[in-house]
Amino acid sequence: MTAPVTDAPETLDESRMDLLRFATAGSVDDGKSTLIGRLLLDSKAIFEDQLEAVEATSQSKGYDYTDLALLTDGLRSEREQGITIDVAYRYFATPRRKFIIADTPGHVQYTRNMVTGASTADLGLVLVDARSGLTEQSRRHAVILSLLRVPHLVLAVNKMDLVDYDEDTFNKIRDEFDTFAAKLAIPDLTVIPISALKGDNVVTRSEAMPWYQGTSLLHHLENVHVASDRDLVDTRFPVQYVVRPKSDEFHDYRGYAGQVAGGVLKPGDEVQVLPSGFTSKIAGIDLHEQSIDEAFPPMSVTVRLTDDLDVSRGDMICRPQNAPTPTQDIDAMVCWMTNQPLRPRQKLAIKHTTRNARAMVKDLQYRLDINTLHRDLDTQELGLNEIGRVKLRTTAPLFVDAYEKNRTTGSFILIDEATGVTVGAGMIL
Amino acid sequence: MTGDPLVTPMHDYRLSQLDQLEAESIHIFREVAAEFERPVLLFSGGKDSIVMLRLAEKAFYPARVPFPVMQVDTGFDFQEVLDTRDSWVDRLGVRMIVASVDQAIADGIVVDDGKTTRNRLQIGTLLNAIEEEGFTAAFGGGRRDEEKARAKERVYSHRDEFGQWDPKNQRPELWSLYNGRIAEGEHMRIFPLSNWTELDVWHYIHREQIEIPSIYYAHKREVFERDGMLLSYGDHATLKSGETVEERLVRFRTVGDMTLTGCVESSAATTAEIIDEIAIARVTERGATRGDDRFSEAAMEDRKKEGYF
Repeated sequence: MTAPVTDAPETLDESRMDLLRFATAGSVDDGKSTLIGRLLLDSKAIFEDQLEAVEATSQSKGYDYTDLALLTDGLRSEREQGITIDVAYRYFATPRRKFIIADTPGHVQYTRNMVTGASTADLGLVLVDARSGLTEQSRRHAVILSLLRVPHLVLAVNKMDLVDYDEDTFNKIRDEFDTFAAKLAIPDLTVIPISALKGDNVVTRSEAMPWYQGTSLLHHLENVHVASDRDLVDTRFPVQYVVRPKSDEFHDYRGYAGQVAGGVLKPGDEVQVLPSGFTSKIAGIDLHEQSIDEAFPPMSVTVRLTDDLDVSRGDMICRPQNAPTPTQDIDAMVCWMTNQPLRPRQKLAIKHTTRNARAMVKDLQYRLDINTLHRDLDTQELGLNEIGRVKLRTTAPLFVDAYEKNRTTGSFILIDEATGVTVGAGMIL
Repeated sequence: MTGDPLVTPMHDYRLSQLDQLEAESIHIFREVAAEFERPVLLFSGGKDSIVMLRLAEKAFYPARVPFPVMQVDTGFDFQEVLDTRDSWVDRLGVRMIVASVDQAIADGIVVDDGKTTRNRLQIGTLLNAIEEEGFTAAFGGGRRDEEKARAKERVYSHRDEFGQWDPKNQRPELWSLYNGRIAEGEHMRIFPLSNWTELDVWHYIHREQIEIPSIYYAHKREVFERDGMLLSYGDHATLKSGETVEERLVRFRTVGDMTLTGCVESSAATTAEIIDEIAIARVTERGATRGDDRFSEAAMEDRKKEGYF
């Protein structure tokens, strides 16, 4: 197959294209797979061989339609049972943006999977069925997205074709959600009436709903402004790796490699290194073979300092008057992810930025009922998929910010020391 | 005063998506180098593993890449690929280990029954090499966009003592906090290119002017058609009746065992032309050119469970 250049789509200007990560949520039959299938299909992210495979499987199962859910249910056992087991990541691009979808299953183990998908998301997409309106599940999903501080939320009211594209039905759901969302930390909410099956308001504006003045879902995803969601003021650079070539050419080179977690670093900046507290200046910032003028999140760079300090992995470079809090006492919301419950006095491994330590559960203050937002103060343990407020004591100080201020320096994971399994996700208060 | 005043309004501190992917992959390389005792980079000499090696080079510059690379040699590899492999290894001065399928057959580690493909025989060869060398982490060039089973793959993918992947028992992966804990005898497969697509890889090769094997670019080659695929005619090809050899202008989208890896007709001779071609391609790279994924609907998943990368 030869490709005449004239047939090429609008050439992707890679240097300007940016990235949006979004997490999808919704219950079993609300048409999430159909919606994802349609976004992928209409943006040409599905290839003929993939579509043919799905058509063949649909036929062999005796369906009289092509089941787009088969595109997203990738595992043998998922197809056998017709369910989605785990978070899957999918990709598509338009000329403006590349999209990474964290496709989280609607049922079984929803909280844990939602938390996983939402942890890296810029935007959360909650689907509801226009016929049934808001369910407990939709509220739960909104609560989780707000706990995880996902900055943008889209409520897609799906299956509008089945309610005759009725404006009142849509308004009722929107108003109900607005009232509920007022109690949550959702800085940006957009509500869009769609039909994933028919394609209304998914990629193009629907003619069936002239009363809707907003944009299509894809247009919104392409244009939602995410660059300002990062903290460019408070400098945070967790040291990940010390680069010491000891070669003839770079005999005295000593660089601190890491990914910028906040603020803008520039040569000449005065910095402080935690835990030692020593101050120095940035001598240079290296991005591979180049020396650069500034570094900002989420760049992975190597920082050189003017003084020979003892700096190692797990240390934090910040500004002298603007440091994260060094503490061994952590107050956090924890989502528990395993069958063995979390209990007071329990000991776990903790990973926070590039620091590893051990942690003990000092106190379980309450369990959050994510349906009612009620705080259950009498609780003795946190079970699988439960979220609660926990006090931890760590063996070494961590350099922390509140999660709402910085998602990198405010988050941690808890690991079972015996099995090595990640058992908890924490957001520092 | 805390922090800097926000800088010139013209500056929006945005990173392009390719720069974001690069930053994320470099973070992963450094994390593994810092936390694992014996990492290794699985290096086939194909485009994805070359991009990985380039990212590793950047992650530790100006120091050397702090781990060896390992190639699992099927015995049926393209010479152009082996040459490029050697040139990368020489330039970076990294140690290279070759785990040979032929040797594994001779040693009785895997059995060549004449029916099993070299691709499948790579599994036992690879697992044996990982165990012998005591590697605790192995970087692979797998991307989630390649295949539906891979869409479920974690960046850090836990393998048990038998090298097996259990898709139902994967660790949740949150933020960029990777959990590298393993027990004795287990290892972790690491996929720094998880979030890259085929097009991203090509954009990166284009931008960075990365040297890749010449067979990725259009060239004249003697080929024959089998099961709708164009296979290379050469040392390891035996024609079945009715199959004929002809010369065509082709290129490869993936490279691997030459008895299974098909090529596509193409006149794309530069990375820019390849990008244009892929942007309008209607068939995935694996669907187009990998015979090993056609055995069953879950061929990739089944091989991955056994220990394939």
